[in-house]
Amino acid sequence: MSPTAAVNLQDVRFEYKVGHPILQIDNFQVPSGGRIFLHGPSGSGKTTLLSLISGILVPQQGHVNVLGKDLTQLSAAARDSLRGSQIGYIFQGFNLIPYLTVAENIALPCDLHSARRARISEPTIAKEVARLARRLEIHTHLNAPVTELSTGQQQRVAIARAIIGSPELVIADEPTSSLDTDRRDAFLDLLTEAIRDTKNSGQGEVTLMFVSHDRSLAAHFDQTISLAEINHAAVLAEAKL
Amino acid sequence: MKTLFRLAFKSLRSRALTTTLTIFSIALSMMLLVGVDRLRDAAKAGFSGTLSHTDLIVGARGGGLPLLLSSIFHIGNASNNISWESYQHFAHHPAVAWTIPITMGDSFHGYRVIATDDNFYAHYHYRGNKSLVLAQGHASQELFDITLGADVASRLNLGLGAKIVLAHGIEEKSILKHNTTPFTVVGILAPTATPVDRAVYITLLGEEAMHYGWENGTPPAIGEEPPPLDPSKLKVDVITCFLLGAKSRMSTLYLQREINTYKAEPLTSIIPAYTLQELWSLLDYADTALSLVSGAVLVVGLLAMLIALYTALNELRREIAILRAVGLHARQIFTLFLMESTLIATVGTVVGIGAVYLLLFLLRGVIESHFGLPIELVGLSTRVEIYAVATIVCGALLGTIPAMRAYRNSLVDGLNAQ
Repeated sequence: MSPTAAVNLQDVRFEYKVGHPILQIDNFQVPSGGRIFLHGPSGSGKTTLLSLISGILVPQQGHVNVLGKDLTQLSAAARDSLRGSQIGYIFQGFNLIPYLTVAENIALPCDLHSARRARISEPTIAKEVARLARRLEIHTHLNAPVTELSTGQQQRVAIARAIIGSPELVIADEPTSSLDTDRRDAFLDLLTEAIRDTKNSGQGEVTLMFVSHDRSLAAHFDQTISLAEINHAAVLAEAKL
Repeated sequence: MKTLFRLAFKSLRSRALTTTLTIFSIALSMMLLVGVDRLRDAAKAGFSGTLSHTDLIVGARGGGLPLLLSSIFHIGNASNNISWESYQHFAHHPAVAWTIPITMGDSFHGYRVIATDDNFYAHYHYRGNKSLVLAQGHASQELFDITLGADVASRLNLGLGAKIVLAHGIEEKSILKHNTTPFTVVGILAPTATPVDRAVYITLLGEEAMHYGWENGTPPAIGEEPPPLDPSKLKVDVITCFLLGAKSRMSTLYLQREINTYKAEPLTSIIPAYTLQELWSLLDYADTALSLVSGAVLVVGLLAMLIALYTALNELRREIAILRAVGLHARQIFTLFLMESTLIATVGTVVGIGAVYLLLFLLRGVIESHFGLPIELVGLSTRVEIYAVATIVCGALLGTIPAMRAYRNSLVDGLNAQ
């Protein structure tokens, strides 16, 4: 295993039903500080792979090493803690808790994890939330209910929540699928800049894993990986067809 | 934990209507349970407080409870009369301090007419040491004097000097009026919040005067004029019952035995407090039935909470996925839902108990004056505390069902709930 890999999967096999593997990956690495674009068609196991990397699921076989920890050796609670304190997650849509304000949504990881709280650059969580909100131009909506925001604004709140407290790994699961082309590019630029800011402010390397079925986004990233190429289970499924 | 509590609170607040209705249903159930409990205590206090300092009630041979109910609470009729001689015998008994003779059998607009003497005003006590006070005028002295209980005076809007005609029998709509012997209101008693307020008081001879010329309780035939009243010929032959105060409490049991075995006439004497116990054991059935109904309503309230939380689960799957993504453990998801159900049950319980006390505080005057039930605003009784704790515990236990489902969802859905 490379000592600088943020994510390292070795001989991983995962199946929901016995005899029907969804993922079968011999070797997959994401270098620390890298910006990886992972693409694959719908149903190819992208979200399952992200669930393995974030420690929600555990493979039946193999090792999933994330930020120096072998998740297969950790308890469920330890995996949850690692995810909350070291990983920022952006969903495709419905990223926000509807009954919390914008500020509360952004602050949530810091409220739940002292490690995230310890890494903020401002003296208080509220000031850190305000700083990020200004950077992402949502500072005028901080006390608004999230339901009053446009889809684009909601995705920016999701970026803020994912990067607050400088997690070492940010995972974005099809975050642009509900945006039009102009907004999609603006979102990607903003995400990239926000992560670069975090890196530049001396808070360590931030690794970005961006997952999408849309290959046209590949130009925004350092490295592009096709899930179909690394997932033997997908190849086998296609062969059966 | 603080963040979880905040999340649970805000999640419930976001479903304000469902949450409010669920809380309302639990609060209503608690109101019924606690209300029944408080009113039972109030009823006991009301009945027990109606009569104090009276050691024995003596009437014709019959059941103890009917004697108590008819003589003190004006419910039902006495089985028979007792002779004036028997009354005199015990009134002058060396162990007896005082007696209050009572004759009943007539009414005024449905209110009992009680023929008695000065002893009633001097010795009748209620709620411990409280004795009767005349708000206006004086006690009945003359043949056709009548003193009104406070309720009678206020409801019928009668004042001193009013002339009233009493009716024969205790039915509200009596066909036989004592038209020839009208009474004059000479006194009005101050309110006591006991059945005393709902009766009118005449002298024993006044009672005899109304029935002058009657033969064996039967009025003169139609067309037949009653003989002209000759007060000098009036005498009391029988009374309905009498209250008795012994010189010492020690002699009460001895007196009771002597009265119950009195050879000259079959009599029954009862110790009011003991006979009230019989009443409570009868009321316990009604109390149990009411409590069961209230308990059933509480179960329905808690089930409504379960349904509300359970049906909300599907809507909450994406939120659970987000919370899992920000590092909430599956057991914290369980705790979150448990907090919601416990919060609903707790708020429902507190609101229910608070509402009962508020209502009792606001309505105690009305309840006391209309029903004679003094409402004691004491703290929570042990029974109420048990109800409250049981409701919250049941709410929490029922909450484990949706909480367990949310826990499983969070494990199965992971970050993938749609």
